[in-house]
Amino acid sequence: MEYLNILFSETYKILFLLLPVLVSVAMIVWLDRRIWAFVQKRKGPNVVGPFGLLQSLADALKYIFKEIIIPASSNKVIFILAPIVTMTLALVAWAVIPFSEDFVLANINVGILYIFAISSLGVYGIIMGGWASNSKYPFLGSIRSAAQMVSYEVSIGVIIINVLLCVGSLNLGDIVLAQERIWFVVPLFPMFVIFFISALAETNRPPFDLPEAEAELVSGYQTEYSGMMYAMFWLGEYANILLMCALGSILFLGGWLSPIDIYPFSIVPDPLWFILKILFLFVLFALVKAIVPRYRYDQLMRLGWKVFLPISLIWVVLTSSYLMYFDLLPKS
Amino acid sequence: MPAHAFFFYIFSLIAIVSAIMVTASKNTVHSVFFLILDFISISCLFILIGAEFLGMIMLIVYVGAVAVLFLFVVMMLNVAQQKNQWFGATSGSKHIPIGMIVSLIIFFELIIVVGGWKLKPDLKSEFINIYTNSVTNTHSIGNVLYTDYIHLFQLSGMILLVAMIGAIVLTFRQRSGLKRQSYIRQISREKYDGVKLVDVKNKEGVKIDA
Repeated sequence: MEYLNILFSETYKILFLLLPVLVSVAMIVWLDRRIWAFVQKRKGPNVVGPFGLLQSLADALKYIFKEIIIPASSNKVIFILAPIVTMTLALVAWAVIPFSEDFVLANINVGILYIFAISSLGVYGIIMGGWASNSKYPFLGSIRSAAQMVSYEVSIGVIIINVLLCVGSLNLGDIVLAQERIWFVVPLFPMFVIFFISALAETNRPPFDLPEAEAELVSGYQTEYSGMMYAMFWLGEYANILLMCALGSILFLGGWLSPIDIYPFSIVPDPLWFILKILFLFVLFALVKAIVPRYRYDQLMRLGWKVFLPISLIWVVLTSSYLMYFDLLPKS
Repeated sequence: MPAHAFFFYIFSLIAIVSAIMVTASKNTVHSVFFLILDFISISCLFILIGAEFLGMIMLIVYVGAVAVLFLFVVMMLNVAQQKNQWFGATSGSKHIPIGMIVSLIIFFELIIVVGGWKLKPDLKSEFINIYTNSVTNTHSIGNVLYTDYIHLFQLSGMILLVAMIGAIVLTFRQRSGLKRQSYIRQISREKYDGVKLVDVKNKEGVKIDA
């Protein structure tokens, strides 16, 4: 009976977290398209619902009623598993994201490693989809994207080390609380820029959307997918983008902390600040999509391995020597 | 704790079954996926015994990086075809006896290693210490890894570096006649060294590259 109670309360908490995440993913797709349109002086989706807010729901409805086509020569089990893996991994990582000091589903010691591990598993959805389709374009797309995600993960890992040196703990809540005096975006500004660009590459966003590359690869690994399975890839991708925005605001923008601790700012509830910061980063993501042209593949690899990795490694040495020299290392 | 035991049995069952399936499945790509499943369930077991740092590092390093490269190689090289050539159903393979000998040697080596294993005498009290004091296991690993075992740690780093350089040396070949794009040259190109105004004389024309 006791176990059943725990089970019910946990399920309730998980639903309370996941439903808002899914709804906000739908809203964020709409926001992305609107911003994209405004930059190009178009109107964007504005017909369904007020300001076109319900456009994503209409799209989802369409996807649900479409037929799921499974290619005859595909590897069926892996073909069906791929979108499930993508979406599950994108949602599972939200378990450790702290919305305020005690509003977190699982407050684990190694929260940042957990998120890093989950985002490094994200490659599998794409590889599985590309290989199981048994077709040229998806396979090429999945190979590209796997190489890309593995390379940019390395620099994200080194950037995370930079932040951890200043915090002295792997717990996400501790990382936020360590920024009470100053947000890490100020002392580690170059790392924030590199993190932002690496996050673009990690989530396969433009200008690094080579895996999809409509013009050359016909949407890459998604070519053979249709109906709800395509929509699941899509949802997983946007949930991943939101997750990267959340991670960026936890690592650099002080998570749920308010910018200044004076009267009109301090009464705003903590989760709202966090959501505002995620939205701010997402608007940047959307603007980059609208403004910057796509990278060439060799430029992408050069940027990852020959520019970002050395800079962030040098920054680790700088940060640690600074902390060591001025005796600022966090005491455990 | 019955829930704890329940999860332990589930994860260890998945680990054992997928380890068997790695060798048993016909499709090589499937065996790599089973290997990944094996890694994941083993890291879950690590987390169950409270070694969350090891579990996460296992996920990041083995599943996130090593297995991806593994999967690449298997998908690109079409290992399945070669496997069918070697272990065809019609002809008795020559490779099976050699494989048997190698696996027997490894088996006996494992027996020797595990048989000579000695547990630290005060292990049990240390275990209790770990559970009772509030130091996270990331801190405690760091405390021994960077103090008592720093030389071994750096040595293993050097071994990895040597392996990496060796792999690059083996596969790197200098190709001649390659036209490379140089960013600096492309960007710093100006109008006056790209375009030249020439007076064309009547009935003589212009010599290009003169």
